[in-house]
Amino acid sequence: MARPPRDAHAFPIESIVTDNSILQKGADAVARATPDGVARRVRGLSDRAVAWIFIAPTIILLLAINIFPLIWTIQLSLTNYRANRPNAEVRDVGFRNYERILGNEDIWFSMQTTASFVVLTIAIQTILGFTLAYLIDRKFRGHAFWTTIILIPMMLSPAVVGNFWRFLYQPQIGLFNYVVSFFTGAEPSSFTMLGDVDLAMWAIVIVDTWMWTPYTMLICLAGLRSIPDYIYEAAEVDRASAWRRFWSITLPMALPFVMLAVLFRGIENFKMFDMVNLLTGGGPGSITEVASITLKRQAFEAWRTGYSSAFAIILFVTVFGLGSIYVKALNRVKQR
Amino acid sequence: MHRPVVSTMGAAALVAAGLSATTSAHAASGELTLCWAAWDPANALVQLSKDFEAQSGVKMNFEFVPWPNFADRILNELNSGGKLCDLLIGDSQWLGGSAENGYYVKLNDFFDQEGISMGDFAPAAVNAYSTWPKGTPNYWALPAMGDANGWVYRRDWFERADLQEEFKAKTGRDLAPPKTWVELKETAEFFQGREIDGKTVYGAAIFTERGSEGITMGATSALYSYGFQYENTPGQYDMEGAVNSDNAVAGLEMYKSLYECCTPPGYTDSYMGEGLDAFKSGQVAMMMNWFAFWPGMYKDENVGGDRIGFFVNPAQVNPASTLGGQGISVVASTDNKEAALEYIKWFAQPEVQKQWWALGGYAVHNAVLEDPGFKDSQPFAADFLVAMQDVKDFWQEPAYAQLLQAMQKRLHDYIVADQGTAKEALDKLISDWTEVFEDEGKL
Repeated sequence: MARPPRDAHAFPIESIVTDNSILQKGADAVARATPDGVARRVRGLSDRAVAWIFIAPTIILLLAINIFPLIWTIQLSLTNYRANRPNAEVRDVGFRNYERILGNEDIWFSMQTTASFVVLTIAIQTILGFTLAYLIDRKFRGHAFWTTIILIPMMLSPAVVGNFWRFLYQPQIGLFNYVVSFFTGAEPSSFTMLGDVDLAMWAIVIVDTWMWTPYTMLICLAGLRSIPDYIYEAAEVDRASAWRRFWSITLPMALPFVMLAVLFRGIENFKMFDMVNLLTGGGPGSITEVASITLKRQAFEAWRTGYSSAFAIILFVTVFGLGSIYVKALNRVKQR
Repeated sequence: MHRPVVSTMGAAALVAAGLSATTSAHAASGELTLCWAAWDPANALVQLSKDFEAQSGVKMNFEFVPWPNFADRILNELNSGGKLCDLLIGDSQWLGGSAENGYYVKLNDFFDQEGISMGDFAPAAVNAYSTWPKGTPNYWALPAMGDANGWVYRRDWFERADLQEEFKAKTGRDLAPPKTWVELKETAEFFQGREIDGKTVYGAAIFTERGSEGITMGATSALYSYGFQYENTPGQYDMEGAVNSDNAVAGLEMYKSLYECCTPPGYTDSYMGEGLDAFKSGQVAMMMNWFAFWPGMYKDENVGGDRIGFFVNPAQVNPASTLGGQGISVVASTDNKEAALEYIKWFAQPEVQKQWWALGGYAVHNAVLEDPGFKDSQPFAADFLVAMQDVKDFWQEPAYAQLLQAMQKRLHDYIVADQGTAKEALDKLISDWTEVFEDEGKL
């Protein structure tokens, strides 16, 4: 199917921005409008001081809501503090919390569960999202309508999604089991998606995919639409096949966007809590207990504040480390 | 180290100061908020408290939290020194932590001053709902609501001649409320998957909930009956050989086998509410649940009345029931201490306790329990008395939350997720609990 022509330079914004005379006129107007008193006071400040005045509120806010809690969490992670025992003596335990966490097989199991969940959801959502984006990019009749329909799950609250999928998965009255039963002939109440050790993780993956594939699709769609048409036109002139155009133009040029989608979904799903909590609560047993569920249980059910702070730091370092490596790879791909 | 002493003295001083003031004058201008779980008895308490409002002029407000969120919500409130609750009917397991952290007002001086005697209440209830440390006369709550885990069954199904005959032929005994866990499972198996009135029914609804305390409360009903003990020597925290004894392993295996053979489909995360739904919708022949629900169950239009019967948790090695129930405490951070104490004084009166039972609350005052007409006052009253004689509670230690979470995990992993063996689950539980007690400096 031929791509519709797209005029990439219809709006020559560069010419306006680079027009020094317009900028100069604007600056003169601002200078004339500035009251003398203000102008005099500002005149006494260096550029660096003015810069600090402008960025100080942001830095203070950043320190208050990000850096301070982080430092405090690090400090708590080195103690035996429990938030529900305000009268208990708080002792410095060094790196004992970290040692316990790294030596705890249940924690490692929850990390493996998290990794499985992240890998499964990213793989499926990326393939499906890219495929949908590729199809939507064809601009068929009613494509805008279908795009909106596809985007609906993403706009719903995770709490709503979690609750209604719980009903859908209900083995006796849930629609899901009846649909499966219709196609397979199995008795609807003979299996339970959320309570079966082998199916529970897939149940969560299905819901997460249903909800977040549209998001991946949107980013991939942005990537596909950023590819200039003249490249395809040149390829067609060279008689490149559709397959060749996909592998040599579409995929490489959309890859930074796909990687960005993978990064966003990876970080989101690494810290996935709401959906898992609503659907399985980490069960059956601990089969779907991802790291954030373990963290919540330790912090707010067992009330091991120091221990859970150490776990939070470990998770933070893991996400930050993996994210940094990934961003470097992403930059390398963009530079190609 | 000195802070608990100071806070206890401070609390006592405040109580004394409160009592010396004209309490009724303070109370007359005040409002009180009572926090509890959202369930049937809470509605009865609202009704009961109208008398207190009329007598004292104090307006009663109620904050009832659904059971699955009850501990989270209220413990957060206590931890943060919040002023939401003036009075709290808190779970028995919270006593240790709430006493040691200064969340509850110690009531000994108040009881002495007002002539409220703990000897007027059932000893098991006083020990479970009021005292910390256990075995000492230090009172942090007034026993408010006795409760234990029991069973309800479909009497109308059990009495069917065809089913009676078939059951007798199969098992050699009458189809009747089971006396042991082996009989319980046998009965549940008999009903599992059976067609009754054109509908498929199942054996039993039991507790399997993972998030709060459900599976622990359910499985301990089997464990206690099989002779499970927390320690070899009370107070020594020597758990090896007690928690994972052969009897405990057999009890846990029994609970798992009951879960596997005889529960409705998808019954993997179910507690009180799910059990009630299953029973009221005619899905199950028997349901495990708290005695607190029996008044409401008996009144139920669809399955209540003569269609159902009740029985005490079956024995196996020994008779035992998992303890429920709560005491009522004054929250230390309240600004309405005088009025709150006034409420407790009113609630402790024998006549009020009788009224409490009549409305559907499980009073444990001797004036109620020793009344000659008590056993016949409700169809489940006699069973309640029997159950309360053999109740066992979970750890009431300050670290109870951590101890409970460990047990929830190990039991759910084994029973529902089928991971490992019963012995391995209990061994891991000992390991978890040992770590907790080592951190607490008790081992």
